[in-house]
Amino acid sequence: MILTVETDHWREAIARRLAGGGRFAGGWAVGSGTTAAWRVALLAPDGAPEVLGCAAHGGRAPTIVDLAPAADWDEREAHDLHAIAFDGHEPMRALVAHPQDPAAWMTPVTGDGVHEVAVGPIHAGVIESGHFRLHVVGERILALDTRLSYKHRGLEHAAEGGDLAAGLALAGRACAACAVTNSVAYAHAAEEALGLWPERDLRVARTLLLELERLYNHLHDIGALCAGVGYAPGSMAFAALKDRAQRVNEDLTGHRFLFRTVAVGEGVLALERSAVEGARGELRELRADSAAAWRELEFAGSLQARLDDVGVLDHDAALRLGASGPTARAAGVRTDARSHSPRLWYGSGFTPAVPREPTGDVAARLQLRAAELEITYELLDELLAHPLARGTTTLEHEPRPFGLGLVESPRGATLAAVELAGSSIARLRLRTGSYANWPAVAHAAVGNLLPDFPLINKSFELCYACVDR
Amino acid sequence: MFVLLRQLAQVRRDAALARPARSRSLALRHVDAGSCNGCEHELGLVTSPRYDLQRYGLDIVASPRHADVLLVTGAVTTRMAGALLIAYNAMPEPRLVAALGDCALGRGILGDPAELAGPLEDLLPVDIRIPGCPPSPRAIAEHLLAALEL
Repeated sequence: MILTVETDHWREAIARRLAGGGRFAGGWAVGSGTTAAWRVALLAPDGAPEVLGCAAHGGRAPTIVDLAPAADWDEREAHDLHAIAFDGHEPMRALVAHPQDPAAWMTPVTGDGVHEVAVGPIHAGVIESGHFRLHVVGERILALDTRLSYKHRGLEHAAEGGDLAAGLALAGRACAACAVTNSVAYAHAAEEALGLWPERDLRVARTLLLELERLYNHLHDIGALCAGVGYAPGSMAFAALKDRAQRVNEDLTGHRFLFRTVAVGEGVLALERSAVEGARGELRELRADSAAAWRELEFAGSLQARLDDVGVLDHDAALRLGASGPTARAAGVRTDARSHSPRLWYGSGFTPAVPREPTGDVAARLQLRAAELEITYELLDELLAHPLARGTTTLEHEPRPFGLGLVESPRGATLAAVELAGSSIARLRLRTGSYANWPAVAHAAVGNLLPDFPLINKSFELCYACVDR
Repeated sequence: MFVLLRQLAQVRRDAALARPARSRSLALRHVDAGSCNGCEHELGLVTSPRYDLQRYGLDIVASPRHADVLLVTGAVTTRMAGALLIAYNAMPEPRLVAALGDCALGRGILGDPAELAGPLEDLLPVDIRIPGCPPSPRAIAEHLLAALEL
């Protein structure tokens, strides 16, 4: 439920929870301007979410960005899309809006020899659209302003007034590479609102889908990082491995990106013995081949020489900026939404991967993904040990007008919040792992050489589509 | 490296794509005009070992100034429409436009109509249509190979 807090006591309420070890997990506005309300989700140290809400009297709310810098993008988005002014958030730079005036969205950087390098929105490769403004002196990056939202399709707004089934299509289509995560997070939020609890078969099926999604994404991301330094044998080998993983997806579900495998309140996927056995055998072969390919990367001098001490995001910065997923774990932050996902199958024994050295650099982010691949292969082997029945849900409590889902995507924790008015959606908020991590990219780029930026960016390998929505 | 190269050699080129009758080439430039990133993932695999379209004279180039074909993905958002037209206008003539994926073809589009400038056909003349959500690497490869005959 949403705990309503007097606007005057807003900062105090947030500060008390942060002091108790709580972490900011997302913010969203409902309505617009003088009639708007503002919400913030926090995670307790044990991973339990709590949502606070306050009214934006006269279209104003007190900022918490000084208490929780991770709230920066959420407040800026609410400012641009819901016309809320955040008192104390200075300067309020545009995030989703694209003003002409550079001062309205860029960090002012001045000095001898300082110049700007503008990249995008169209990039040189087969990459999503977005704009980077790099402030450099010589070859050294002084600051980076990311301007995304070029792909803003208004998916959340389109969900308002529709029913929960229509909302699922919008959440699922926000991003192909995170389609399962976003769909499951949404389904969890919707089912919490409807008072439904997933039975074991459904928990197993959704966990299987999430790990299949993580598998092809991590294989892709390792290959993309090789491409970031022009190491073609690595990028080609991992592209071929990723294609094999997606063929397994197609064999199991009929779709290479696992589309349309999640529904609200019920299961979609049922697998017979021959299907799970076939996939299990394929994945065992894939595991051996990807382990062999990874060993080669570890001894590829021209790749390894580029990774250490590049694009560093240290432990404190990762915590401060609210980094999530492999990005945070590579910096030594032990967080993984899979550790506390009672609506999934992971159980209490799930242990997140830890990097060999929590250096928070490109090397650590790459190595951590390889370590996570092993965990994913292990989980998939267990999940595919038995045939799978189409799962369902049972009524656990009376319906409520609000639900929250939190699911670990390949790129970090993804939060879905659903607020209902009767049976239709009053507000849908999808705050993805990529959204949480983009500020960390800008931070990690500072002080590095401009030619290393593509590599640094690839080491995070964040989606644009799941941010722009 | 040798293990990697051996592994790549083992990726059988069993896609069995029909080789074009004549030896021709097309340079492709991709623009994401508001996709969900699915078409990008699949287009990326078209140049991976299994399909390896470079061997047929199809390559993805970095600039629209070097391109014969503009491959457009996504529903065309209002925010990308301007950049898309700049890329198109930078291309030398003759030039072709390919709508890659159902969104670019204006099928089953989701989102707020106020944020969308598409479908692509309303903005640019579409010569090549590659349906699918997203089209598989094989489907993309087959359509592009057919385009060599245009």
